[in-house]
Amino acid sequence: MRLAGRYDEPVSTSKVASMRDAVAALVRDGDSVAIEGFTHLICFAAGHEIIRQRRRDLTLIRMTPDVIYDQMIGAGVARKLVFSWLGNPGVGSLHAIRRLTEGPQPSLELEEYSHFGMVGRYIAGATNLPFYPLRSYEGTDMPTANPRIVPLASPYDGERIYVVPPVNPDVTIVHAQRADAAGNTQVWGLLGAQKEAAFAADRVIVVVEELVDESVIRADPNRTVIPGLIVDAVVVEPYGAHPSYAQGYYDRDNTYYVEWDAIARDPDRLDAWLDDWVHGLAGRAEYMERLGIVARDRIRPTGSAVAGAIDYGEYR
Amino acid sequence: MNDATYTRSEMMIAAAARELAGQRVCFVGIGLPNVAVNLALRTVAPELELIYEAGAYGAQPARLPLSIGDPTIVSGALAVMSQADLFGLYLQRGLVDVGFLGAAQIDRFGNINSTVIGDYATPKVRLPGSGGANEIAIHSRQVFVVMRQSARSFVDHIDFCTSPGNARGRRSGPSVVVTDLGVYHFDDDGEMRLDSLHPGATLEDVRAAIGWQVRVSEQLTETPPPSEQELQLMREVLDPEGRYTR
Repeated sequence: MRLAGRYDEPVSTSKVASMRDAVAALVRDGDSVAIEGFTHLICFAAGHEIIRQRRRDLTLIRMTPDVIYDQMIGAGVARKLVFSWLGNPGVGSLHAIRRLTEGPQPSLELEEYSHFGMVGRYIAGATNLPFYPLRSYEGTDMPTANPRIVPLASPYDGERIYVVPPVNPDVTIVHAQRADAAGNTQVWGLLGAQKEAAFAADRVIVVVEELVDESVIRADPNRTVIPGLIVDAVVVEPYGAHPSYAQGYYDRDNTYYVEWDAIARDPDRLDAWLDDWVHGLAGRAEYMERLGIVARDRIRPTGSAVAGAIDYGEYR
Repeated sequence: MNDATYTRSEMMIAAAARELAGQRVCFVGIGLPNVAVNLALRTVAPELELIYEAGAYGAQPARLPLSIGDPTIVSGALAVMSQADLFGLYLQRGLVDVGFLGAAQIDRFGNINSTVIGDYATPKVRLPGSGGANEIAIHSRQVFVVMRQSARSFVDHIDFCTSPGNARGRRSGPSVVVTDLGVYHFDDDGEMRLDSLHPGATLEDVRAAIGWQVRVSEQLTETPPPSEQELQLMREVLDPEGRYTR
């Protein structure tokens, strides 16, 4: 396995690694970690491996913390959360996170933006800019709650806008449909902020449903969202986004999201869940086995919707 | 339930859908607004184009999604875009006619709290926060609020302002508020005004479920009940499990 030194190795060097090795080598105690994916392609498998390896004092970054960060924060891996929408989509609250953020002595530090503010932070981080300007926030309490959201006069006409600071995660982890061994990564369906979060990061782990040959990537270069140039490890982990989903591969497991609510409300049930579903399992393959055929059936797409072939042309 | 009756939620959704007549580009959230928008698409606003916050334009969902980011909003959509493009090119650029928002608390000017109940640093209840609500309120030409009404949610002073309202002549806030009791619009001074009461709801009900001296239109009307077509669409097509309508 070669995880380090991405600039001094030949481009064709394989970055394929196991989830265990990739997390062990690239995610360190105290790191800032972004596992992005806007409802789609959320890498639960990586989150579970971080819990399994008992990382501590992480700053977790994500637009929508979702159930995966409720699980990770419930397991005690984080000291801080940077986010823009804190909920279980379509269900309700993230109860493990709420327990640590409500009442007289909240123990989880929060840094809060709007969605566009978080996107702007990734863009500034990814493009090496000192801040990102946007027209959000005027007339609200958000800049008071977060002093890093700052009003600024336009140097051209004095108009007041707001700026947000760049974010550069130590590690960004994204899930995708496919990549080659060098980390050239293709995504279809909802794109979220994965590209910006990856370019903003110091280290990038890509987790894919399928490892494909470089020729497959080269046959459809418009679909490449993340180039191998910025990727440190490629982990092949089918169903690694479950209970989130991978467009064309498997559906969102809404039943799981609904059932998480009762588990997260009860700290004892949450601990038992972590023992059963994370610490008690070696990795994603055992997880899928335990999940069983019923769940795999309910997340199978009901049919196909194949995109028409397009012709890039040959030019010799 | 027989066809002669309907739930308060069905009335609220039908009333919200009717407000969309003539609108073109709608930014859709999850839950009640999603049902209302899809009802409008099949009744009063066939020209409506849906932008889902998860990043799809011209979506034609084949099922009612639990989450805003369901794969059904992608298959068959006109365009799929990143969050950067969605918020920058579509919303902040000013292409959205109507945005929908919910709220934990709303005041008479349509200022909305979806962040915390209590003090920000030591909250009694930690709510989801802005998500895209802050910029939806600021950039949509019109903002529709759909929420159940109670004295806890319609308050004189909200605990935190997540999305701006219409105070002091500023019109960045909501233009319509639809509740389970009635329909409100806003006067030129930015204050909410009750324009219609749903069948069965009384002014006393409204006053008991609002934290300020409510302004009532001189032409107060009764909201027409849900039509047979609206009920049939909600019950058989849009929400057959009754997740939002019962």
